[in-house]
Amino acid sequence: MLLPSIPIIGRSIMAEELLEPGLDVVVKKRLADAGLQAATAKGATYADIRIGRYLNQYVMTRENKVQNIIITESFGIGVRVIANGCWGFAAIGDTSSEDDVARTAEKAVAFAKAHSRLMKKPVQLAPQKGFGEVSWKTSVQKNSFEIPVKEKTDLLLAVNGAAMSNGADFINSVLFMINEQKYFASTDGSYIDQDVHRIWPNFTATAVDKSSGLIATRDSLSAPMGRSYDYLQTAPPDRVTGVTTRYNQGYDMLEDATAAARQARLKLKAKSVEAGKWDLVLDPSHIYLTIHESVGHATELDRVLGYEANLAGTSFATIDKWKSKNFNYGSKEVNFFADKTQPGSLGDVGWDDEGVKTKKWDIIKDGILVNYQAIRDQVHMLGETESQGCCYADSWSTVQFQRMANISLAPGKEPLTVDEMIKDVKKGIYIIGDGSYSIDQQRYNFQFGGQLFYEIKDGEIVGMLRDVAYQSNTQEFWNSCVKVCDERDYRLGGTFFDGKGQPAQINSVSHGSSTARFNGVNVLNTGRKI
Amino acid sequence: MAILTKEEAKKIVDKVLAYSKADEMSVSLSGNRTGNIRYARNSVSTSGESDNLSLSVTAVYGKRSGTATINEFDDASLEKTVRRAEEIARLAPENPEYMPMLGQQNYPDSKTYAESTAKIDPEFRASAAFDSIDPCRKKNLTAAGYMEDTTGFTSIGNSKGNFGYNRATGVDFSITVRTDDGLGSGYANPDANDVSKINFKATTEVAMGKALASAKARALEPGKYTVILEPTASVELLQNMMRSMDARNADEGRSFLSKKGGGTRLGEKLFDERVTIISDPMNEELPLSPFGGGGGGGRFGGGGGDGLPQEKRTWIENGVVKNMYYSRYWADKKGVQPIPAPGGFILQGGTQSLADLIKSTEKGILVTRFWYIRAVDPQTQLYTGLTRDGTFYIENGQIKFPVKNFRFNESPVIMLNNLEAMGKPVRAGGNLIPPMKIRDFTFTSLSDAV
Repeated sequence: MLLPSIPIIGRSIMAEELLEPGLDVVVKKRLADAGLQAATAKGATYADIRIGRYLNQYVMTRENKVQNIIITESFGIGVRVIANGCWGFAAIGDTSSEDDVARTAEKAVAFAKAHSRLMKKPVQLAPQKGFGEVSWKTSVQKNSFEIPVKEKTDLLLAVNGAAMSNGADFINSVLFMINEQKYFASTDGSYIDQDVHRIWPNFTATAVDKSSGLIATRDSLSAPMGRSYDYLQTAPPDRVTGVTTRYNQGYDMLEDATAAARQARLKLKAKSVEAGKWDLVLDPSHIYLTIHESVGHATELDRVLGYEANLAGTSFATIDKWKSKNFNYGSKEVNFFADKTQPGSLGDVGWDDEGVKTKKWDIIKDGILVNYQAIRDQVHMLGETESQGCCYADSWSTVQFQRMANISLAPGKEPLTVDEMIKDVKKGIYIIGDGSYSIDQQRYNFQFGGQLFYEIKDGEIVGMLRDVAYQSNTQEFWNSCVKVCDERDYRLGGTFFDGKGQPAQINSVSHGSSTARFNGVNVLNTGRKI
Repeated sequence: MAILTKEEAKKIVDKVLAYSKADEMSVSLSGNRTGNIRYARNSVSTSGESDNLSLSVTAVYGKRSGTATINEFDDASLEKTVRRAEEIARLAPENPEYMPMLGQQNYPDSKTYAESTAKIDPEFRASAAFDSIDPCRKKNLTAAGYMEDTTGFTSIGNSKGNFGYNRATGVDFSITVRTDDGLGSGYANPDANDVSKINFKATTEVAMGKALASAKARALEPGKYTVILEPTASVELLQNMMRSMDARNADEGRSFLSKKGGGTRLGEKLFDERVTIISDPMNEELPLSPFGGGGGGGRFGGGGGDGLPQEKRTWIENGVVKNMYYSRYWADKKGVQPIPAPGGFILQGGTQSLADLIKSTEKGILVTRFWYIRAVDPQTQLYTGLTRDGTFYIENGQIKFPVKNFRFNESPVIMLNNLEAMGKPVRAGGNLIPPMKIRDFTFTSLSDAV
């Protein structure tokens, strides 16, 4: 499920403090050992500790105004234990006292014992070897937090100016910059120090036609990335040219805002789509969201098993379908892999939040469902002995659980460009950018909109459409996939707002793909009069 | 420690304001204790409890403002936080939309606090979970549920002499029960300030009943149907529409309340004449904070944090748009009184029960819940989403059989024009909503999901 906005947590700090080092790793180890010892002394059979410092900087503007600059730090320690076969969790903020950590660990054990009477079966944790003292870092060429705030507001105001002078009536632009400094230790003997960076520049340009009463918006075609400020530098190969420019490893926000304003005005005059069956050509900036909802969530093992039944729901991709080894999730063109190691992706880390080394594995191979995403207390249900390493908590104060890995559509094996793909389409719609989205609680029926809709007629793009949304069923949709462009077109999309759990937690995840074609998809006209 | 009294809070607020050297200063002091228990597959999965007490100080020089927060309360820390807020303010860019702080406001006492909720402990939560899991285990049904309780307070004050204090409690309980064969699913989701108003076992039994009744659903063709929407189903659509009543967006031409050619639709009749929507922080069933951000309802927050008092207001009367929200900046620019967004709303209904509405229906669909509702077109308030956890076909005043879930594409504005009947409002998602009968509700496709 995608949540509509990012929660703001932590205390306000000065921009300079973003660059201050957190606790020394020696101190973190001492705190961790105090907690682990206290937990085991009270009867825990397993314990892990996460010492987290979460730094956020959000710069928000509207037209010619800086609306808000939010700079926050959240620091604290979360302890998770197994006692009497039951999980227990407790957390404490803003402390570097070994006694505080020990007391928190004892509280976690007390919670586990109090609730163990409600357990049907004890927790079964996959074994995990300890890694000793290790570390991992996002590859950062230009740290976002080293860039002065003024440079960021100047960039956004220039972006807004470019949009306003090219036809936008309104624009909101934002820079989200995040750094998670996470230290993990467990009774398995791991002490893992990680430094994770993310960035997401984005905007919405709006054009209004007061005479007709119509409005049109165009969102940025950027992707949130597991990168830092270097994502805002572009080299020629980062531009994917065509009917509109899209971006790869570097994003030109000014150029995109200029195009967005012009396109928002064109959308006001675009032809309203005729409902019916259309072939769809879907750009990676669009299809990542369809992948997220119909493949990413559907193959999360906790959902398949019913652990999320009360909120996000369960999944149609049940264990019997996986066991059959012949469940046609999609056509033979469809290959999905999970990956927590792809550089620049949002899910890229060295170890997950329960000390498992990250990796890459297949989810759908030649159209057949072959695996799920699972963590240490789940893999035994698949007959496996090793976790896939996709456990995550969004804060030191929240308990870690299974979260989506980067789930990506593998590029087609045969050479194929987007132009070549479009040439073959008789009656189609080329969709770029993500729009509205909704899917049922077992991930069968979905509906997606987009940012830009281009009509394809006899292999040519003939103009823009509006009021477009497509509805399909996951299995039917992925079986209607006839072609995927080759690896030259492979790009990442993603979100900061993957929501799951109660209390709700967010997760950042990328989805890679090349442009893909789907035949005979049901398209609705969403225009209404009120 | 986390829940301070009015006197304790005022002492800290006054102390902070006394340190101020800025043109203006405001303080927000809030604390809460929140606990939860989560279960699935008839077994507890996670639980937790946390305390939080924090102080936020905003200093203003001209039109530049800066905010600093802290959770330590000794004199030195308080003063340091004030100096820090002042330093951030000096470095901040000017906000051309900044409005001077409010002087003393009058905030009436609202009954948002219940001692029964404040006393909840882990043992209480474990018992509530047991009362929910146990009946399901006995009937070979599977329970997944979540209970969260919060006790908190918020105190605000500023250098212009304003001060406010409100404490509130809330409990949110949701339960999904599924049949073991996966063919039936039922849901219930009460919320209350006072936990004694929630019966965990009886609520679970409602979800159990829906799970059993919804099994082996038949497929009906999608299309336009007369629907009866339980409040749990309609609340989110109505809430989305209410959240879109911002005057600035309407004036700027980008809202469903914008008028073709310019201006807004304030004063126009947009809905069936039986539609009247109000908000009232003093309502006994739905007590809300007397000022923005002061807590209340089942969930905390709502109404903006600038200290504007929440008053009884009519938003829609007999189908006519009577009020929109005006931020203080936009109200000043337009020469009108500012109006904060409410923390919750009341759609006034009738006296009929849900059973009465079903009885009077010749052919229709009973919808007990909608899910994954997202905007398709904000200008027409078109939303898409799906039915979930029990959808039933009604014929000649009786529920005949469960039906497969539908996807809908519908606007609450159109829905409230196609109104056939309304029942007695009940609390749902922090609002009071009646069950409603609506004609020509648009279902666009079928879903196999259970």
